[in-house]
Amino acid sequence: MAPHTQQLTRPAVRLRGLTRSFEGRTVLDGLDLDLPAGQFTALLGHSGSGKSTLLRAIAGIDHGVAGSGTLTAPERVSVVFQDSRLLPWRRVLPNVLLGLDGKDAEERGRAALAEVGLAGRERAWPSELSGGEAQRAALARSLVREPELLLADEPFGALDALTRIKMHGLLRQLWERHRPSVLLVTHDVDEAIVLADRVLVLSRGRIEVDLAVEREGGSHGEYRARLLHALGVTDAGAAAPGPPLRP
Amino acid sequence: MTTTPTGTTTETTTATPTAPPAVEEEHQVRRRRRLSPGKRLPAGRIAGPLLVLALWAAASAAGQLDPGAIPAPWTVVETGIRLWTEGTLPNDVLTSLGRAGAGFAIGLTAGIVLALASGLSRIGEALIDGSVQLNRAVPTLGLIPLFILWLGIGETFKIAIIAIVVYVPIYLNTHAALSGIDHRFVELAEVQGLSRSAFVRQVVVPGALPGFFVGLRLGVTGSWLGLVVLEQINATSGLGYMMFQAQNYGRTDVILVGLVVYGLFGLVSDTAVRAIERRVLSWRRTLSS
Repeated sequence: MAPHTQQLTRPAVRLRGLTRSFEGRTVLDGLDLDLPAGQFTALLGHSGSGKSTLLRAIAGIDHGVAGSGTLTAPERVSVVFQDSRLLPWRRVLPNVLLGLDGKDAEERGRAALAEVGLAGRERAWPSELSGGEAQRAALARSLVREPELLLADEPFGALDALTRIKMHGLLRQLWERHRPSVLLVTHDVDEAIVLADRVLVLSRGRIEVDLAVEREGGSHGEYRARLLHALGVTDAGAAAPGPPLRP
Repeated sequence: MTTTPTGTTTETTTATPTAPPAVEEEHQVRRRRRLSPGKRLPAGRIAGPLLVLALWAAASAAGQLDPGAIPAPWTVVETGIRLWTEGTLPNDVLTSLGRAGAGFAIGLTAGIVLALASGLSRIGEALIDGSVQLNRAVPTLGLIPLFILWLGIGETFKIAIIAIVVYVPIYLNTHAALSGIDHRFVELAEVQGLSRSAFVRQVVVPGALPGFFVGLRLGVTGSWLGLVVLEQINATSGLGYMMFQAQNYGRTDVILVGLVVYGLFGLVSDTAVRAIERRVLSWRRTLSS
């Protein structure tokens, strides 16, 4: 397993004083953040807390948003969106290869599809895929570019609970194999703890909690309680994972 | 797992027909009244026209129709065959097809070029879109007198008018589709690092094709509409001319032959466009099936 202290290497993402505002409402307020290379980080926050704004800023697709601050990110960045965003007029393999050229591109695309368990579906139309399959194809599309940084904006938010669990395993597995830095935006506390080595809570435009998750020896319940507390959820039933208590 | 005090009622979804209902006085589930029209009838589309044809033939045979106003179907067929073998019908059909084809080709090209120029660049949009919208507000057939004065009363003005009738719907629908590209796909293209030309070729144009085909079908229909009107204005050949002459001699059967041929033109061209559309947009078929 990866040693958790990778601070010595150059950070993959470095934000200093990042500010973003929409129509006078400040969403990110002088945010400082370093994401070390190869780290799996989850970003939690209420809806409207600026999670997606931060992710879009790092991805460089927040055109026309007012803001300041410095931001460095790697050359090769891939983004996985909440919807699979496959072009409906392209079959699966050409979708995976979107924006990629070179002789071995097709071969790499096939390999990426095989890696996410979609071997044999290269010629399917996106409309023929289930929600989980479409999201796997989207993962393959981001992986085939061998990203140094993978940004994922609630990538499993639209999937059913069972598919989501499978996708968690797949994403973690892919990360262990390719070791990109990952920033996973989610509103699911359990998802964050299960997947990430570091969980951030964004609140009022700043990082309010920065929690290291130990794979071995850490207590899921403890992390969960801390994160929920930081998110302002104080329901007694939410303190422990598992089925809710009977009223 | 969890058991609630009245827990048994929550598991009715897996009940088999033989399982007794959990609650005694549960009444049988009645199917809801179906609100959709149900299955299509076989050959459903052609049934209506066939019925009309049968009524027409029956009324003619019974002598209920004045043959001078509405000749019998077989008279129309006979006239059609005679005009085709001995008359000028082949020549008239060719002339009409030539006019419609030339006008359509010019209109199609102009519609596509203008839509691309205005849909893909802000400068193009500023220059072109307003002008086309203005052009569209003027009924094209109202331009006929002006065009006759400009271009003379020959073939040129007829082709020009057809081209205008065709380009307007093609431009409007293609432009709307180009500018209505889903912003999520634009974002995706940015993230994937597509060049501008790759973005246009791989995202914008394929995404706008459904809109283009709507315009194309309207344009095809429009070309025939324009043709009918134009061929009755100082023409010396063509289907419209043939019908105009027939009016002078009170030959309703010839007029009906002309209408049938116009109808066939429309039907065949629309079917052809649909067939092309189905092929090009094959990715959409999976949605409806």
